[in-house]
Amino acid sequence: MLLRPKNLVCEQAVALVTDYLEGALTPRDRRRLERHLRGCPNCGAYLEQIRMTIEATGTIEPGDLSQEAVDDLVDLYRQWRSEGPDDR
Amino acid sequence: MGTTAATAATPAPTPATDTLPGVESDAELLERLRAGDDKAFVLLVGRYHRQLVGVARTLVANDAVAEEAVQDTWWAVVRGVERFEGRSSFRTWLFRILANRARSALAQEYRSGSVGSGGSEATGAAALRFDDQGNWIVPVEPWEQDAVDRLDAASRSAALVACLAGLPARQRAVVELRDVAGLPGDEVCELLGISPANQRVLLHRGRSALRAALASEMGGA
Repeated sequence: MLLRPKNLVCEQAVALVTDYLEGALTPRDRRRLERHLRGCPNCGAYLEQIRMTIEATGTIEPGDLSQEAVDDLVDLYRQWRSEGPDDR
Repeated sequence: MGTTAATAATPAPTPATDTLPGVESDAELLERLRAGDDKAFVLLVGRYHRQLVGVARTLVANDAVAEEAVQDTWWAVVRGVERFEGRSSFRTWLFRILANRARSALAQEYRSGSVGSGGSEATGAAALRFDDQGNWIVPVEPWEQDAVDRLDAASRSAALVACLAGLPARQRAVVELRDVAGLPGDEVCELLGISPANQRVLLHRGRSALRAALASEMGGA
């Protein structure tokens, strides 16, 4: 156990969360983080919150466009279509 | 060996409106667009225009250039819809076109130093509370999935959108492209001309800030 890596503290664990989710940690760091997560409900909860945040961010509603903006784009659309197929 | 969090993959972002019952999928709208149906075009524009403008504004410093890039993107969609084979999702295809349209303008702006050279990147990370040993000062309360779902979609979006708008430009660009638009990391690196490590730093700070925004929306910390 001479070379057993030191345990992470919470602040370090939190700093590794994105690299972990991105699969960018070295196997050694991943094992250290997972060991910390098993023993630390706070950091486990934090990781789960980040996952839920990512999911919620993926469902952001773009919001309604003004009628004017839609009309402008539809005018453009008709103009583009009347120009015939794209040869560029 | 640890298996607690073995599924480390980021969950794929769910398109906001594409999969709801009674709402036409992107693929169905594209089929109608191929047939020359302008209502389908209006629906696609309604679905994605704001997002495209939001991303474009993070890619180019100038709003007029951003609007132009988005308009070029719709033009390319109308012209290219016959050739779109559906190997990627429409969403990915759309943002890839935007990326290409914005790329040259982006490169120019990076060269001139008007984007991304700001020193304020570090301020975007939400301050978390640790003691001098690096341990949490206040325990982290788990969120019930219910609690996130119970926040109505509009106020949840509003909180996230407001937070996104306040992020430093490069953090916002990375989060918009990765987590809102759903583009893969390697494409985002290529688009923004940043290294994978840099991308992860920006993503980490941006997501931390969004987590804090959601937490305060739920009355937590």
